[in-house]
Amino acid sequence: MTSKTAVRVTGLTKHFGSVEALREINLAIHEGELFGFIGADGAGKTTLFRILCALLLPDKGNAEVLGFDTVTAFREIRKRIGYMPGRFSLYQDLSVEENLRFFATVFGTTIKANYELIKDIYSQLEPFRNRMAGKLSGGMKQKLALSCALVHRPELLLLDEPTTGVDAVSRREFWQMLGKLQKKGITILVSTPYMDEAALCDRIAFLQNGATLGIDTPKGIVSLFTRPLYAVRSLQKHILINTLRQYEHAASVYAFGSCVHYTDKRPSLDQGELQAYLTSCGLNGVQIEHIEPSIEDTFIALLEEKGGLKNA
Amino acid sequence: MVPIIFIMPFIQLLILSNAATFDVKHVPFHLQDLDRSSLSNNLARYFSSSGYFRRTGESFSSIQAVDELISRKADLVVVIPRNFEHDLITLGSTPVQLIINAEDGFSAGVIQGYTNDIITGFNNEHKMLFARAGAAFPEIQVTSSGWYNPELEYTHYMVPGILVILVTLIGLFLSGMNVVSEKETGTIEQINVTPVKSYQFITGKLLPFWIIGLGELTLGLFIARIVFHVPMLGSYLLVYLVASIYLLVVLGMGLLISTITDTQQQAMFVAWFFMVIFTLLSGLFTSIESMPDWAQLVTMLNPVRHFVDIMRRVMLKGSEFADITGSLVILCVYAAVMLTLAVNRYKKVSYV
Repeated sequence: MTSKTAVRVTGLTKHFGSVEALREINLAIHEGELFGFIGADGAGKTTLFRILCALLLPDKGNAEVLGFDTVTAFREIRKRIGYMPGRFSLYQDLSVEENLRFFATVFGTTIKANYELIKDIYSQLEPFRNRMAGKLSGGMKQKLALSCALVHRPELLLLDEPTTGVDAVSRREFWQMLGKLQKKGITILVSTPYMDEAALCDRIAFLQNGATLGIDTPKGIVSLFTRPLYAVRSLQKHILINTLRQYEHAASVYAFGSCVHYTDKRPSLDQGELQAYLTSCGLNGVQIEHIEPSIEDTFIALLEEKGGLKNA
Repeated sequence: MVPIIFIMPFIQLLILSNAATFDVKHVPFHLQDLDRSSLSNNLARYFSSSGYFRRTGESFSSIQAVDELISRKADLVVVIPRNFEHDLITLGSTPVQLIINAEDGFSAGVIQGYTNDIITGFNNEHKMLFARAGAAFPEIQVTSSGWYNPELEYTHYMVPGILVILVTLIGLFLSGMNVVSEKETGTIEQINVTPVKSYQFITGKLLPFWIIGLGELTLGLFIARIVFHVPMLGSYLLVYLVASIYLLVVLGMGLLISTITDTQQQAMFVAWFFMVIFTLLSGLFTSIESMPDWAQLVTMLNPVRHFVDIMRRVMLKGSEFADITGSLVILCVYAAVMLTLAVNRYKKVSYV
């Protein structure tokens, strides 16, 4: 079961006027997988999702969803997928329950028939079932949208930035729900701008300017990061960044949370030498620590690599 | 929304029907009686007591009379010439000059009609005078009466037409704003990924407005009856049959506008564009017969024109099904075309 392919994308390209929204995307997503698309705004995540939902036609290449072509067999696809757009798109002037009932009816089913699937999520909304959807909080809207996307028991769930603009607690809860849904055999495609969420996916794809920078498991992605990585700390963070950038052996320097992440051009770094350089430049209280790269480090490294290639 | 749908049109119906009347009453007139005889005095009294005219001034100079016209203190100047009485009695005829302000050609025509009536009345009463003078007096008397609206009640004529405009306005705008508003709020995205078919979606959009439209018409007919006492010589059933087809045309057009525009503002402008053209070419305010030939042809493409025409004919003339089949066929074709276009133009793909 898990070996079958749920989504296959080959050479997918899409233009909006002169803007290339997607460039030669190739992907294969397995059934039952929780697959994440990571990328900044404008990377092409939404365009890709819309093509997979058969809402947009690709310019070149093709996409197969659950074995159906998105252009020729879109009717089949629509019965089998659940899509949650990035923007809240339920009827704000219908109540929570009316929205859910409406979408169940549209898919030719009832809330009752699939209640077991949405119970975990919907039960949290039931106290407010007569409230207008427009009057719900962000986290609740998102739960309702997920319930509506699930009410017809889809085989594939496409969630476009479901956690954008949602508080941290709701975000964690939401990912727990996704884990449960995955266990029920639903393939889930989720896009997010948050790197910390990437680690929760089975596999992730980095998207930048309409192209994939890398597709792998979170661990595999991190293994693309080959240089030793150091976290450098000092109280004068801004001066520290500038000083490090001027260091002749510096490969990359960027702020990361409270510290600065640093890689060296040389295969190995003498930490004492760097420390001495920084002290000589007038920085005090400098701490240097060798660390494991995170997904975000890898993303930044891949971006720079791509940028370097472009400049060459 | 509910007050907009139900209250606004009826306030419009009440106000428009009373305001958009072609009745000309209490026309201010200026008298220039150069004869000062008992007959001329009598003629002046004919004008004053007719109910249509109100004397606002009198003078003996034509300059002052023209001033009165220009300053709009008078819309009519009656000039009774010197020797009016003498000539009338001895010669049997004499001219009277009427200067009518024709800024508004329609009103001027009506005023002229009234003055003719008054002068004819005056002539008839004074036939004896002419007879004594041996003058020939007319053997044929021209009398006129309006058929189907004998009292020439303009509200009877206007109310059915205005009612059509209101039903059109509500239908076109409600449906025109609808799909596009779903595009604006984003709900269309969610609908588009469902298995709902285009025709199902359009039907779902159409049906509520169709019912509202018929409800609107019912209320309007009720007001026409109770407030304006507009007669209903034909059958209500026929009115509803035509209305139910007509609403499909209007709603189909609205939904078409809604599917091809991206924002409510665009939809609003397009809807107004058609609404203005349809209203002006509907024969509601200006009669189609007096339009140039090409414009008359264009009105055949105007669904409002057909419904206004049918409503007037059924309500005031008691026309039956067989009398209106021509217009009805055009409306049916129109409805079919509009709905097909709306369904086909509504593609379940993104509007980026």
